[in-house]
Amino acid sequence: MEPLQIYERLKGRFGERILETAEKKPDPFAVVDPAALLEICRYLREEPELAMDCLSNETGVDYKDRVEVVYHLFSYSHRHGAVLKVRLPREAPRVATVESIWKSANWMEREIFDLVGVNFEGHSDLRRILMPEDWPGHPLRKDFVEPQEYHGISTVRESPIVRLDQLKDQHKKK
Amino acid sequence: MSDTAEPTLRTEEMTLNMGPQHPSTHGVLRFVIRADGEVMREAVPDVGYLHRSIEKIAEKVGYHGFMPYTDRVDYVCAMFTNQGWAMACEKLANIEVPRRGEYCRVIATEFNRLASHLLTVGLMGMDIGAMTPFLHALREREMINDLIEELCGARLTFNYMRIGGVAWDLPPGWREKALAYLDHLDPILEEYNALFSYNKICIQRLANVAPISAAEAIDYNLVGPNLRACGVKWDVRKEMPYSVYPEFDFDVPTGRGEWGTIGDSMDRYMMRIYEMSESSKILRQALTRIPDGPVLAKVVRNLRPPAGECQVRVESARGDQGWYVVSDGTGYPWRVHVRTGSFAAMGIIQKLSRGLMIADLVVLIASLDVIAPEIDR
Amino acid sequence: MPLLNSLPDYVLTTKTDELINWMRKSSIWYMLFGLACCAIELMHTGGPRADIERFGATPRASARQSDLMIIAGTLTLKMALRTRLLYDQMPDPKYVISMGSCSNCGGLFQLAYSVCDGVDKVIPVDVYVPGCPPRPEALTEGLLKLQEKIMTERWLARAPGTNGEAA
Repeated sequence: MEPLQIYERLKGRFGERILETAEKKPDPFAVVDPAALLEICRYLREEPELAMDCLSNETGVDYKDRVEVVYHLFSYSHRHGAVLKVRLPREAPRVATVESIWKSANWMEREIFDLVGVNFEGHSDLRRILMPEDWPGHPLRKDFVEPQEYHGISTVRESPIVRLDQLKDQHKKK
Repeated sequence: MSDTAEPTLRTEEMTLNMGPQHPSTHGVLRFVIRADGEVMREAVPDVGYLHRSIEKIAEKVGYHGFMPYTDRVDYVCAMFTNQGWAMACEKLANIEVPRRGEYCRVIATEFNRLASHLLTVGLMGMDIGAMTPFLHALREREMINDLIEELCGARLTFNYMRIGGVAWDLPPGWREKALAYLDHLDPILEEYNALFSYNKICIQRLANVAPISAAEAIDYNLVGPNLRACGVKWDVRKEMPYSVYPEFDFDVPTGRGEWGTIGDSMDRYMMRIYEMSESSKILRQALTRIPDGPVLAKVVRNLRPPAGECQVRVESARGDQGWYVVSDGTGYPWRVHVRTGSFAAMGIIQKLSRGLMIADLVVLIASLDVIAPEIDR
Repeated sequence: MPLLNSLPDYVLTTKTDELINWMRKSSIWYMLFGLACCAIELMHTGGPRADIERFGATPRASARQSDLMIIAGTLTLKMALRTRLLYDQMPDPKYVISMGSCSNCGGLFQLAYSVCDGVDKVIPVDVYVPGCPPRPEALTEGLLKLQEKIMTERWLARAPGTNGEAA
């Protein structure tokens, strides 16, 4: 089935929970209501004609006015895929976890929590995965400011000319 | 051990730390292992020691400038990541690659697949404790490195592909050298199998270690040779073909459980061996049938694809890589995300490690062909 | 080593420092600290073509058994703390080769938020080998430069009470 047909099917079943579908971009996607996400995902997985048995990608994207979580679903038995998106507010974004439906979501949601700051309700082990445990902030946000130092190591590199002069001074002292 | 021999023996669970510097892990990975003697209760992976924020750098350097960074996403098979990024940008900006450019891409990527699988099978030997297979594999890999160095100037991080094609054409005389190398490789693979793969010790160490069922593999989003070893016949080159792959004739091997169960470490390891002969087939066809023409389409220097997003899948040596690129109409991408096979493979290790021995954990990581920069990016 | 013409072939005259340093430089055992892409080139340097073991350098897995640490690859801030710990675990006298652009100065990842720009922010470095990644021949030259540096060390002239480092 083509993605647009899948979205029509979802609209027929869930009505206004499917907020919009975009056709003009290279890859069409469907924006869904965050409160209905679990139900829609379960339907997509269990319906025999859709059978989306694999969550092949889950990404968090930070736009200026919202945060989006994008789900790329795929079915190995029917060889078709779909793209779902949820739009969340930028301060304290939260959405239900799909870990109970696809186990691959476990690590992917931890990464989105770490880098974008989305809180997944019901996740079994939501902690930072790529950054150190005591890192301040969420790096993939557009307004992220790099810290000047971390545990005494400065993140600023001085110009190599300065370093060469220092080495020359050390040599002269000897 | 349970208290059958001496009821008064007090046993404790050990918490061990494996990594991040350890000769048996494929890059900087760390495991916190709770073990009861040699048998593990659980191995919890801890990653992020090679997180180089490549996805954020893409937003700063632009479309053309990001190509060298894609090499570092997976440095052992850098041609695939180059190709994935180039294909994503071409899909967004609607650029068509000339046919000779596509053939050059296929040749470069299939040589890279050979090199990557050679390293994997060699490292499997080293992880079991045998140094000799590793040196045999490196000898062949050095010859491929020579060929690729003549093609694009670098041995490891190639930066060979550009948006719209490849950077340089095949040098004169290169085709003959490449075909001669393929003739040299086929008997070497048989020799390697006789030395290592069908060796009794290797079979005993690898067979029946951590079998994964097909349903579990799909649920955890395993891809590539790991998925095919479980019996799922899925290869992006055949199912969702891109580039000029429909013109080539090759098979997709799947695991059959000849030495143990379907989907165990021996199956995953043998997938790489079989795929090397398939790559050799594709290379022979590509090298003999390559058409003439330009290798690079005309692309403007400040590329500004229209606003939109796309996902592109490339069958890398480690599995199906998904490149998700969001463009906002300016010369810098808004968001780039790579979904790699190694990230998903790490997610399944915690579950598979229950009841496994510590030495088997090493075999499991080597058979899943996990590499640290793909996980951490 | 200077030989006097009047002595028979089985007698060798040299300085004690040179003899000690010659023995030490011919048997530098390096710790496998391959972090990123340079680790593959480090493996190739120990491999069949550019064999670094002919110079006496063999890889060791543990920091406690090695006298050279080749930092091959990008050092992230998360890893930098562990690097300091591993360096402290090595027994004296110890040397450090910084291999590749990423460990020299951050390389092409200076724009990154999570990368430590250069390993010399955490540990002292003896030899810097440039390249991205450096060829096996370049790393071998780096090791030879380190051997030259080792030959200049003085053992008998150091003040009493200092630890194993040469003057």
